[in-house]
Amino acid sequence: MAGSEAAQSASTASQPLLEVCDISKRFGPTIALDQVNLAAHAGRVLALIGENGAGKSTLLKTLSGAHDADSGTMRLDGLEYQPRSPLDARRLGIGIVYQELTLAPDLSIEDNIMLGRSGTGGGLLLRGSQRDQVRQCLQRVGLGHLSPTARTGDQSVATQQLIEVARALASQAKIVLLDEPTSSLPAADVQRLFGIINDLRNDGIGVIYISHFLEEVREVADDYAVLRDGNSVGSGQLTDITDDQIISLMVGRDVDDLFPSVPHDIGQARLEIAGLSAKPMPIDTDLTLHHGEVLGIAGLVGAGRSELLRCLAGLIPAKSKVATLDGNRLPSSVGARRRLGIGMLSEDRKSEGLAQSLSITENLAMGNHRRYSSYGLVDLKSRRKDANGWIKKVEVKAHSAEQTIGELSGGNQQKVAFARLLAQDADIYLLDEPTKGIDVGTKAEIYRMIGELAAQGKSVIFVSSYLPELLAVCDTIGVMNRGQLVETRASADWNEESLLAAAVAVTNR
Amino acid sequence: MTDDVSPANAPESAPSAQGSRALGILKLLTEFQIGPILALIAIIFCFALLDVALGNGGFATLRNLRVVTHQAALIGMPALGMTMIIIAGGIDLSAGTALTLSCTALAVAFRDYTVPVEQSGAVMGIVGALSLCLVIGVLCGLLNGIIISLTEMVPFIVTLGTMTIFLGLGQIWASESTVYPGPGHLPIWLENLCYTGKRGTDYFIPGLPIPGSVLLTIVLAIIVAALMRYTVLGRNIVAVGSNPQTARLCGINVPLTTVLVYAIAGIFVAFGALLYFGNVKNGNPSDGTGLELQIIAAVVLGGGSLSGGRGSVLGTLVGALIIKVIDNGCTMLSIPNTYTHIMIGVIIIVAVLIDGLRNGKPKWLFR
Ligand SMILES: Nc1ncnc2c1ncn2[C@@H]1O[C@H](COP(=O)(O)OP(=O)(O)OP(=O)(O)O)[C@@H](O)[C@H]1O
Ligand SMILES: [Mg+2]
Repeated sequence: MAGSEAAQSASTASQPLLEVCDISKRFGPTIALDQVNLAAHAGRVLALIGENGAGKSTLLKTLSGAHDADSGTMRLDGLEYQPRSPLDARRLGIGIVYQELTLAPDLSIEDNIMLGRSGTGGGLLLRGSQRDQVRQCLQRVGLGHLSPTARTGDQSVATQQLIEVARALASQAKIVLLDEPTSSLPAADVQRLFGIINDLRNDGIGVIYISHFLEEVREVADDYAVLRDGNSVGSGQLTDITDDQIISLMVGRDVDDLFPSVPHDIGQARLEIAGLSAKPMPIDTDLTLHHGEVLGIAGLVGAGRSELLRCLAGLIPAKSKVATLDGNRLPSSVGARRRLGIGMLSEDRKSEGLAQSLSITENLAMGNHRRYSSYGLVDLKSRRKDANGWIKKVEVKAHSAEQTIGELSGGNQQKVAFARLLAQDADIYLLDEPTKGIDVGTKAEIYRMIGELAAQGKSVIFVSSYLPELLAVCDTIGVMNRGQLVETRASADWNEESLLAAAVAVTNR
Repeated sequence: MTDDVSPANAPESAPSAQGSRALGILKLLTEFQIGPILALIAIIFCFALLDVALGNGGFATLRNLRVVTHQAALIGMPALGMTMIIIAGGIDLSAGTALTLSCTALAVAFRDYTVPVEQSGAVMGIVGALSLCLVIGVLCGLLNGIIISLTEMVPFIVTLGTMTIFLGLGQIWASESTVYPGPGHLPIWLENLCYTGKRGTDYFIPGLPIPGSVLLTIVLAIIVAALMRYTVLGRNIVAVGSNPQTARLCGINVPLTTVLVYAIAGIFVAFGALLYFGNVKNGNPSDGTGLELQIIAAVVLGGGSLSGGRGSVLGTLVGALIIKVIDNGCTMLSIPNTYTHIMIGVIIIVAVLIDGLRNGKPKWLFR
C-alpha cells in the first residue's frame, strides 16, 4: 500500500476507471442485484464485501460479460461499457478469476492460459512466441518452476487457483476482478498473491477483490463496497471504518462473538489409528480421537491433510497397523464406515461434495435415504419436510428446496454440503475446510454448531488453512507435514507462529 | 447521476424484460416432458392432414392406432431399461443384439424344449422357455454391468464390444439361420400377445381392443417410474448418474448400483424379446442390429440426458411413439423408407434442441 499515497489522492479526484450504475439482475424469482452502484479506481484495490448470496459473484460476472444485466449501465474509462461476451470483456481489458475453478483439466497449463487468445497464424497455434508469454505469467504468480506443457488437472487445487490468476494477468487487463481467490490458497501463496496485487496497483491497474476474510481485506485493499441482499449498502475508504461496522453493514445487525465456543468435555478414546499409510500420503501416521473432542489439523497445502481425512472416510484405500472405532475393528468400505457413524465433508464442493445438477432436497437426502424410507420405499413428504428444516437451520439462501445446487451462491452450496453431514447424524465428523467461502456471520454459526456437536459427545476432525479458526475452535491441534502428523498439542499451547513454524520446520528436515 | 442514466437505459431494459417473460412461458410449456408430447401431437396432426389430402385415410383410424402403439411398445419396452441406464450416466449399445439373442433363446426353447400345448407338461415347458429368455436378458445386462464396474471402462466401449459378442453368440446358437418354434408349441396368449386385428375376443381383456404388448409395456412403465421416484435404489441411480464422486462420498455403493441398473435393464431387454417374438414368431439373432439406436433415440427424445442424471419414463414412451408414428405415417403415405430415416434424424435433433431451450441453450440465442 506504501507509495500509493500520491496515486490515491490523484485518482479519487479523477473519474473512476470502472463505474457501475443501477445494475439489476434477476434469476427467475431471485433478485440477485437490485440497482447496485459501484466505482473502482485505477491504481486502487476495491474490496467487495457481503454475506453469502449477497450478489458479489453475480456482479463480477456481469462485469466480465458472463451475465447480462437486466438494467443499468456501466462505464469503463469513461466510455459506455456493455460486454457482449466474456471474450468481448477481455478484449476491452477485464481480467477475471471466478469463484469456482474454470480450467479445462485435460489441457496443458499453457493451453489453459492462452485459451481463446492464442496468437494464431491462419488458424495455426504459434507456440514459440506464446510460450515465453506463458512463462512470464507463471513466473509472476510464482509458478515459474512448472512446465507449461504439464496437464492442468494433475496440479493441486491451490496451484490451479494460481494458474487462474496467471490467466487473468495474461490479457493485459486494465482492471482485474478476483472472486475469493484465497479461499483455497495456503498462507504463503496468499502472501504472494498480495504481492501481485500490489504490483498491479503500482502499475495503475484497478482491482476488485472479493473475500470473506476481513483481515485480508485490510491488508490488501484501499476501498470497500458492501452488498446486502443485492443492494449496495455502503462504500468508502477502509481507513474510515472499523471491522465491526463492516460486519454490521453486511449482516444488517451486530455480531458480537465471531468465535463462539460451547463448553464441552473430552471423554474416552473413540477412534484409534496407528501406522496409517496410503499412496502417496499419509505416511505412517498415528492418531487418536476422543469422544467430545475437536481435533484441528494444520499444515501446508499438499501436506496430506485431505488425504488423511479421505483415508479415514474410506475413500482412499489405506493400510494401518491399528484401526479401531470404540474398540472394534474399522471396516474398509465408505458405506460401512458411514453406517458406523463416520461422515465427511469434501473440500471440493463443485466436483465431489455436491451433485450440481440436482436439487437441494436431493443432495441433502443423498446417502441419507435410509431415514426417510421403509422397505426401500422413500417417503417423499418427510424428505421434503426435512430438507426445508435444514435450509432454515443453516440459513441457505434459496427460493425453494427444489432449486438446483448449481444456481446457489458458493457459500450457500457449502452450507448445503455441511447440512447433509449434519443430517447424516454421524458420530465422527471429518471436516475438510468447512468454512471455505462462508461469510463471517455464518462462520460463527458453524463454529457454534461444531461446539454443540462436541458437547453431545461427538468427535470432530477439523482441517483448515485458516489458523485463527483452528486456534479458537479446536481442543487439540495437530500439524501435518509431508504426509505425517508430526506434532499434536492442546490448542492453548499453540499460536499462529508456532503452528506455521511447525509446518515449515518439518519441510526443511 | 442516476437521473441522466435512466432515460438512456430505459429502451435497453424493456426488450430484455420481455425476453425473459417469453422465456418463462417457454419454460413452463416444456416442463414435465410437455416438449416431447407437443412434438408428438404436432407430428400426428401433420400426418393426419397429409393423409386426408394425399393418402387413403388409413392413418387416423383406431386400427392404425393399435398398430402404432404396438410398434412403439416393441421399442418402448427395452427403452424402459435404457432410461434407467441413461439416468445412471451409462449407455447400452448392446441392447438390440441382447434382445434378439434372448428372442433367439425363446425360439430355440419353443422348438426344442417344449411340447404342443395340448399335451401334458406343456406348462412346464413354457415356464422354462420364458425363464430362459429372462435369464439370458439379465445375464447380458449383468455382464455389461460387471465389466463396466470392474474395469472402469467407458460404457460406450464395453457395450460396443458386447454388442457384437451377443450377435455372434446368437448366430452360433441359431446356426446362422432363423429359428422357428415347433408347430402348436406357442400358448394362445403368446400367439395373441401382439394381435392388433378386429376380433375383440382375441385381446388380453376380451372386448377391450388394446394390444397385449401395449398393456404389458404400460404396466411395466408404471413400475419403473415408481421405482425411480419412490425407492432408495431409484434415487441412488439418479445420484450416481449426476455425480458418481458425490454418490461415493455419501456412502452409495457406486459399482453395485451400476451392476444392478444394467441387470434390471436386462429384464426389460428380455420382456422386449418376448414382445418381439410374439410379433414375428421366430428368432433371428441379426434382427437386432440397429435396434439399439432406436431405443436410445426414444430415451433421448423423451428428455434423457446422455451426461446422466436426467430422463423420464413417460418421456421415453412418448419418444418411442414419435419414432413409430413417423415410421407408420410415412408408410401410409407411401413415402420411401430412405426419407423416413432422414425425418427421424431431423426430429431427434429438433426435439433435443427444444429440450435445450428450456435450459437456456444455445447460449447465443438467450443473450
Ligand atoms: N445461475 C443462477 N440461477 C439462479 N439463481 C442464481 C444464479 N446465480 C446466482 N443466483 C442467485 O443469486 C444470488 C446471488 O448469488 P451470488 O453468487 O452473486 O452470491 P455471492 O455474493 O457471490 O455469495 P457467496 O459469498 O456465497 O459466493 C443467490 O441468491 C443465488 O442463489
Ligand atoms: Mg460468490
